[in-house]
Amino acid sequence: MDTMLIKSKIKEYLMRSVRNYEIKDDDNIFELGIVHSLFTIQLIMFIEKNFGIELEDEELDIEKIKTVNDMVELIKNNIEKKEKGALKL
Amino acid sequence: MKSVTNENIMILKARDFVKEQVVPSIEEFERNAFIPKEFFIKMAKHGFLGLSIPKKYGGLELDYLTLGAIHEEFGKGYCSVQNILTVYAMVCKPLNRFGTEDQKQKWLPAIAKGETIVSIAITEPKAGSDIKQIETEAVLDGDDYVINGKKRYITLGQIADLFLVFGKCNGRGIAFLVERETPGFEIHPINGLLGLRANMLAELHLKNCRIPKENLIGRVGHGLSHVATFALDEGRYTTACGCVGLGQACLEEAFKYAEDRIQFNSPIREHQLVQKMLTEMIVNVKAARLLCHDAGMLRDAADPSSIAATLMAKYYASKMSVMVSNYAVQIHGASGCVAGAAVERFYRDSKIMEIIEGASQLYEIHIAKNFRI
Repeated sequence: MDTMLIKSKIKEYLMRSVRNYEIKDDDNIFELGIVHSLFTIQLIMFIEKNFGIELEDEELDIEKIKTVNDMVELIKNNIEKKEKGALKL
Repeated sequence: MKSVTNENIMILKARDFVKEQVVPSIEEFERNAFIPKEFFIKMAKHGFLGLSIPKKYGGLELDYLTLGAIHEEFGKGYCSVQNILTVYAMVCKPLNRFGTEDQKQKWLPAIAKGETIVSIAITEPKAGSDIKQIETEAVLDGDDYVINGKKRYITLGQIADLFLVFGKCNGRGIAFLVERETPGFEIHPINGLLGLRANMLAELHLKNCRIPKENLIGRVGHGLSHVATFALDEGRYTTACGCVGLGQACLEEAFKYAEDRIQFNSPIREHQLVQKMLTEMIVNVKAARLLCHDAGMLRDAADPSSIAATLMAKYYASKMSVMVSNYAVQIHGASGCVAGAAVERFYRDSKIMEIIEGASQLYEIHIAKNFRI
């Protein structure tokens, strides 16, 4: 999956949750105060379900998913990891 | 017609278990405000303590719609037992999601078998709905955390063997497992509850309790934002479904009584003002069930909107149970106000169901604040 597609899926999802706010790729969504306290878990569920990956404990940190760019990197790394694992099999 | 699946069979098993094992014990459980350990073993033998546990750890790994239907059956029979299953869901789901493989292998099979009774400890004297205010403090000392703090209104606190406890470490949320026999861990029973009388509540005191690092669930900093949120989300769903069962029980008792009770030469069911109450009960129970069904389907699909749907289901279903149990007592008149009358218990239990896993007012803030057209 290419970066643009991942990014557009994330933005589409975020826009559903934070209507009327134009999120930039480097905006820290947690510092902006535009998401509620349950959002972290909601976001993790979105990432795992939509990109077919399972995040490790250390990847669940808010620091890893605070901006759109962070999320793209995390997702890309996990997809790569998964593909490499599948190749080994 | 829907085919008979293992999930359907489990719902029927729950119905039979409630009828044959739970209902005949209610009077004893309520009188003693206690459910003996043997009953937990009985529930475990039928699989009910492993509803949320993966099959590879000895559980049933049920989907959410089936889980919800089972909670409805237990809620219809006896909310004190239904709420025990909620506690199990609130401990087992986060343990499975955030726990290490060693933790899962050590605890989940024992929990499913009924050998280890579990409890979850979030609430404190100064922290209820506002969990960020919790004061239980964990300090790392070598390979252990040293824990100090107090927990209050902890369901199953009197008899649990293992507690999922929440606190802070250097201001960051932390979740850890505490075993009953840990030195410095004191259990003080809380008696005289309005409802859910057999839930064996306790206040817990942790005085320099040493917990090995291996008992940490998730990472430091994830305790409240991830583990507690995940647990509460689970608790909201199962409590909402329990409320639907409670509402259904109120409805059935009210209908029976309204058919049998003759006043002014006719069953009171034929009186229009009673019909008004019955209609509101029927429609509200059904509406709550549909909200739970919606939440269950979204949860099964791992849809992020399931969290909001679950908030709505718990908000509506718990308020419905208070309203419906109020009507059920009203229809029964004086005979519904006597200890031992089923509707008297429903009325008391419903109020607790509206408060546990977050009071309605908290939901009003969350739902209105986060709703998007």
